[in-house]
Order: sequence, then structure tokens, then C-alpha cells
Amino acid sequence: MPSLADQGQPQPSLLALSSPKWRSALARVRTGRNGSGSRSVLLGVAGFLFLAAAFGISYRIVTYFKGVPEIGPLLAGKLLAMAFLAFGGILLLSNLVAALSTFFLAKDLDMLVAAPLDWGRFYLMKLGETVIHSSWMVALLAAPLLAAYGIAWGGGIFFPIIAAAALIPFFVIPGVIGAAVTLLLVNIFPARRARDLLGLVTLLAAGGLVVFLRFLQPEQLARPEGFESLVDFIAVLRSPSHPLLPSEWASAMLMNWLTRVGDPLPVVLLWTTAAAFVVLGAALHRRLFMSGFARAQEGADSNIRGARWDWVARRVMRGVPPMRREFILKDLRVFFRDSTQWSQLILLGVLVVVYLFNIKALPLFTGEEVPVFLMTLIVFLNQGLAGFVIAAVAARFIFPSISLEGRQMWLLRSSPLDPRAMLRSKYVVGMLPLVILALGLTVTTNVMLRASSFMMAVSVATVLGYTLAVGGLALGIGTLYPQYDTENAAQIPTSFGGLVFMLLAIALLGAIIVLEALPVTDHLRAARAGGPAGLGPQGIAAFTGVALLMLVAGIVPVRMAAKRLATLEV
Amino acid sequence: MIRLQGVVKRYGKFEAVKGIDLHVKRGELFAFLGPNGAGKTTTMRMIAGILAPTSGQIEVGGVDIVANPMLAKAKLGFIPDRPFVYDKLTGAEFLRFTAALYGQDGPEIEARMDELLTLFELAPWKHELTESYSHGMRQKLIISSAFVHRPDVIVVDEPMVGLDPKSARLLKTLFRRFVDRGGTILMSTHTLEIVEGFCDRIGIIRHGELAACGSLAELREQASSDGAALEELFLRLTGEHVEHDLDAVLG
Repeated sequence: MPSLADQGQPQPSLLALSSPKWRSALARVRTGRNGSGSRSVLLGVAGFLFLAAAFGISYRIVTYFKGVPEIGPLLAGKLLAMAFLAFGGILLLSNLVAALSTFFLAKDLDMLVAAPLDWGRFYLMKLGETVIHSSWMVALLAAPLLAAYGIAWGGGIFFPIIAAAALIPFFVIPGVIGAAVTLLLVNIFPARRARDLLGLVTLLAAGGLVVFLRFLQPEQLARPEGFESLVDFIAVLRSPSHPLLPSEWASAMLMNWLTRVGDPLPVVLLWTTAAAFVVLGAALHRRLFMSGFARAQEGADSNIRGARWDWVARRVMRGVPPMRREFILKDLRVFFRDSTQWSQLILLGVLVVVYLFNIKALPLFTGEEVPVFLMTLIVFLNQGLAGFVIAAVAARFIFPSISLEGRQMWLLRSSPLDPRAMLRSKYVVGMLPLVILALGLTVTTNVMLRASSFMMAVSVATVLGYTLAVGGLALGIGTLYPQYDTENAAQIPTSFGGLVFMLLAIALLGAIIVLEALPVTDHLRAARAGGPAGLGPQGIAAFTGVALLMLVAGIVPVRMAAKRLATLEV
Repeated sequence: MIRLQGVVKRYGKFEAVKGIDLHVKRGELFAFLGPNGAGKTTTMRMIAGILAPTSGQIEVGGVDIVANPMLAKAKLGFIPDRPFVYDKLTGAEFLRFTAALYGQDGPEIEARMDELLTLFELAPWKHELTESYSHGMRQKLIISSAFVHRPDVIVVDEPMVGLDPKSARLLKTLFRRFVDRGGTILMSTHTLEIVEGFCDRIGIIRHGELAACGSLAELREQASSDGAALEELFLRLTGEHVEHDLDAVLG
């Protein structure tokens, strides 16, 4: 069948077709809808610091590798290939999710499908949208790394163009794969079921990817002594992880430029594969899109899960007043029935596994005796690391809880529900699993690190107090910076409010560690001198300060949130 | 039952509601009419306690909604214009949750829920997630939730949108019986035939002000147009009576 363009139907250009998207983006920037001046400054500073730190670390590593005699370029090439492999994995996963949204769930689809629009243009427009949505974050992450390579290896002024030439096809290929897989999935399952399925598959794959990359132990590249012989080490460096992966071609293309090797094969492979993929993807789209789109209009999920647990929960909470009980039950039901929420538990599991693996991988118990000072220092710093994990989990699970009420806020605000009761319910539901996780993580890692009873007591008390405080902080900041229009819970922590929360949570953690350093050092000194290891007045003052800080950090934001909710206008 | 005194609502420099005075009595069915953007929904949302008035006073059942929101809201059932419910709750769970927000639960509420779900023909979908409900079914579920705790006052924004003729008729009968038994209803609508012959009094809002208020007969008198249909009356009172060159538009 000839396309509409062939039939003489005038077609808009891709630029005109995508104008609502880019014009909206421009308008947002122009009107400052994303925030006030101070918000933009904070975001800008945080972004700059992040990029500067990423560049600094990358530059150090790259220059170190470059300085290794004989195998420097091999090491640098291998590291770049590993980075591109990780980027490729992230791109594939994010394209899967983005393609489902842009091709089957977006709000503009009814209008576009109803318009006499050529299928080819529609495909290219939606593919472009998917690729941009999925790749901007990776591009941002890749920029400091590639800048470090370019500067360290003297890539010259044309290196940015070469980097862009490597990145564009590298971004397009997973975009086409994501769109094609989504197309096939939607033709098998209705879009909403496919979204559940995709969410789950994506999270499992993301978890698997993190574990895989961690268990690859990239730090071994910097420790050749771990290999049987130098020949083994160089053999590992020379062999690509897989010669057919676009990540290998992209890294080879860049390394060829940097090391002045004139091999056109990676460039040809990258660009021809990307072009072939777009053509094949378009053909698949032409054949399957309309049937998939029709299926996407079909039913939503009407099944309910967890009826037995629901019955148990109702029995357990029989004595609780109806308002509080039903609020907690509602939160639990919505959480476990919404795959965008419960599936994040998988990521949490991955985080815990990687955390425990990292502790186990520490070269502490290899036969030689480790000084008490070093052990205590590691146990002390471990509580900081556990605190960071707790803050990240609170950002995922507690921070979005008020935002998720968004569209139903009319019901809560028009009913005689006390905002404080709502916050209490959210706090209880969020804190219970968080406290269990925090204590489990701290006690397990402390046992693995053979912590003294003093350090065990300090860690457990600190992490427990910090968890209770950070829960209040997450709830409070999540209420003060709500995202009522976001349907996907996973996107809420990445908002400006999420950044504010993480900055405050890390600042609190830093202050606690600084305050506690004093009594812990005193304890160590006393232990070394063989004297009594009790707390002096300074130690008591430090711990009191920590307790007060936690109280303020936990209570003040919740009070502010209660006031905000009481006057909230929706 | 509902009393508004000098109610003003400003959004920055824009004044959406400009000093409305209104008294809707017990046992009265009062309708707000007005063009899009006239301030109807803002006024209804202020009465429901979702928006705070910039100035003025709003009383529901003699209780100031700003000074004593919990007590005032306990007397009220609100039906918004857009039926947003929790997608991941079943119809029954949503009603049980709504009743609990008003401090009510137990066998009486379970029986009440069944009554309402049967009345609105939602009983077969009682245990299905609301994400599988149609727009009309969601609207009926929200109407049920407004009645579940037996309120004294119902504030309803565009009640008939999405309802089939049978449900619309049922709702009209339900509203009439509710006010006959001493309840009070304040509704806003664009469906003029519902207002005509159904509502006790009508208030016409234009540019955030109450342009006219009274029974249909009183409005005709105010507009000096004996026997005019409500549509004509509405257009005159709101100044929307503008002839367009439709031929030019239709080409």
C-alpha cells in the first residue's frame, strides 16, 4: 500500500510535528514553571558539582591508566568498553519503558492516530521522542567521562564531534529495540498489563545488571596481581566483552581516534547497524502498530491481589479507629497492587545484596591482623553508608507518599480528615519496613565486620534514630514539594523536592558523623590505654547534640507539612 | 444551611470570585449557572473546604468552614466535576474508605454500601478495581461516596456528565427526595433543562459575581422577559448573546 505522502496527502515536517513537545519545553524554561530563581540556582549548583566530581574522578582514573607502561591504552579501552556496556544496558531498559509511554499511552496519541499522518513520519517522530527521553541522562553521565578521555589523551577540538558521531547511533539502536519489543509485547498483552509486565521485567533486568556489573569486580583492573600471570591479564584486556555489541564498536571508535588508529570498521558497523535497525523497526511498526494500538485501548486490570493478606490485616487492626485503620489499609492495598510501587522492592533487594557483597569483599580478614583503630573506623563509616542507603530508600518509599494522593486530594480535603492523622498513617506505613531494613543491615554488617559491643550499640542507636528522623524528613519535604500530577511513583524522588530531601538527609548524616567522631575517638584512646571506656562529659554532650538534631530533623518538617496540608488548595 | 458572606477568591492579581453573598436554605435545591470560567467551580470548592476564601465567610450548617473545618466538613458530601478515584481500590473498598474518613464503619456502613451500589447498578462490579470502571461508573461511585455517610448538605459540580439517561433520571429523583427530607443541595450545571423545572432557585454567576438570583419566575422578572425559555434568559443575563457568522466559519 502506498504511503499517504505518496498519495499526495501533504505531510507536516518532523520539526512541525514535534513542535508541541519542544515548544512546551521552551515555554517551561521561559516561564520558569520548573521553579523559582533560587530553585534553578540550587539545581544548577548541584548539577555542576556532580558533573565536576564525575569529571575529576574519571580524569584521575584515565590518567592513571594512561600512565601504566605498555598496557595503558588497553586498560583505558577496556574501561571505556565497560562504561559503554553499562550505558547500553541502561539505555535498553529505559527505552523499553519510554517506548510504551510514547507509542501507546501518551495523551497525544488519539489526536495523532486520528490525523491523516503518514506512518513513517509518525514512527520517526515517536522514535525520536523515545530516544531523547531515554538517552539524555546517559548523555549527561557520559559527558564528563568522555571529556576526561578527550583531555587525557589529547583528542583535539574535533573529539566532541567524534564523540557525538559515536553516541548518536549508539543511542538510536536501543531506541529501535525498545520500540520493537514494546510493539510485540502490546500485541500480546493489553498495554496496561504490558506496562506492569515491562515494569517488572525492567526492574529485574536493572537489578540483574547492577549485580552483574558489581560481580565483574571492575576494581580488579587496577590490581593485576590478582591474576595468575601477566599474560592472563593482558588476554582479558585484549578480548572484547562481545565483538557484536554496539558498546564495543562505540568504545573502539573513540579509542581509535584517541590512539590515532585508522580503522573505519567500528564506524561503519555502528552507523549501518543503526540505519538498518531504523528501517527494520519502521517495517515492524507499519505491520503491527495499529493492531497494538487498538489492543492498548482495551481493558485495564480488574483483578485484585492479596485478598487473604487483606483479611489478616483487617483482623490485626480491629481495635484501631476506622479513619486511621482504613487509611493504613488503603495505603497498603494501593502499594501492593501498583506495580510501579511494589516492584521497587526488587531494587531495594539488589541494593542490599550489593551492599553486603561490598562489605564482604573488603580485604580485612585475609590472615593478617587488622588494627583495632582501622576496624573501628570502618564500622563507624559503615553506619554513614547504611544511613545513606536508608535515605535513598526513604526517598523511594516515603517521600512520594503524599504526592501519590494527588488526584484524590479532593476527597481527603473535602472530608473531615485531620491532616496530622494522614501524615501519621503515612509515617507508620513507611517507617515499619524502613526500621527493619535499617536495623537488619546495621547488625548484619557489624557482625560481618566483628564490631565491638560499644560500636555495635553506637551504630544501632544512631541508625535507628537517623531512620526515624529521615522518615519524618522525607514525609515533610515530600509534602512541601509535592508532585501531584505524576502517576508513576518511581519518578517522584527524581524531582526538585527529591534533590532537596537527599541534600538535607546527607547533611544530617554528615553532622551526626562529625558529632559522634569525638566520643568514638575518646573510646578508642581509652581502649588503647587500657583504661575504662566510659563516656566523658564531651561524649555525653555530643550524643545529646545528635539526639536533638535528629528530633529537630524528624519533627520540624512534619509540622510544616501538617500546616501546608491544612491550607492546601487543590 | 449554606451561607456565603462577601466571599472573595484571588489567585495573585486575578479575582476569580468577587464578593458573593448567598443563602441556600435547608430543604432547598439550588443551582449555579454561568459561562465557563465564571467562578462556579471555585465557589463550590470553597464551600467544600478544598479552597480557602481570600476574604469573606462561608458557613455550612451554621459552622464556619475556615474556623472549624472538621465539623463543617462532617455535614457535607462533595461530588467533583472530574471523577478521580483510587485506581487500585475496588468499588467497595473505596466506599468503605470514604465512610471511614467520616469516622463511620461496621455492619451499618456495609449495608449502606450495598444499598448505594445496588441503587446505581454497580453491585456486580463491587469487588473489581475502579481502574476497569467506565467514566459513568466512576461518576456513580463518587455520587455513592457522597451519600455513604448520610450528609446534611451535598455540593455537586456538574453531576450529569458521563451519566446515561437512566442514571441521570435516577439522580434527579434521588436529589429531589433528599431535599424533600430536609437535605440541602447546591449544584452547578450547564444542562439548562435540568435546572428548568427541577431546581428551587437559580444563581447566575458571571465574571465572579452573582449576576442574578431567584426562582425561574423571579429571574424572568429581573430580565424583563416574560415566558422566555431559560436558555434565552441565561444568555441575556450573562450577556453572552452574541451572533456569530457561522457561514464564514463553516466555509
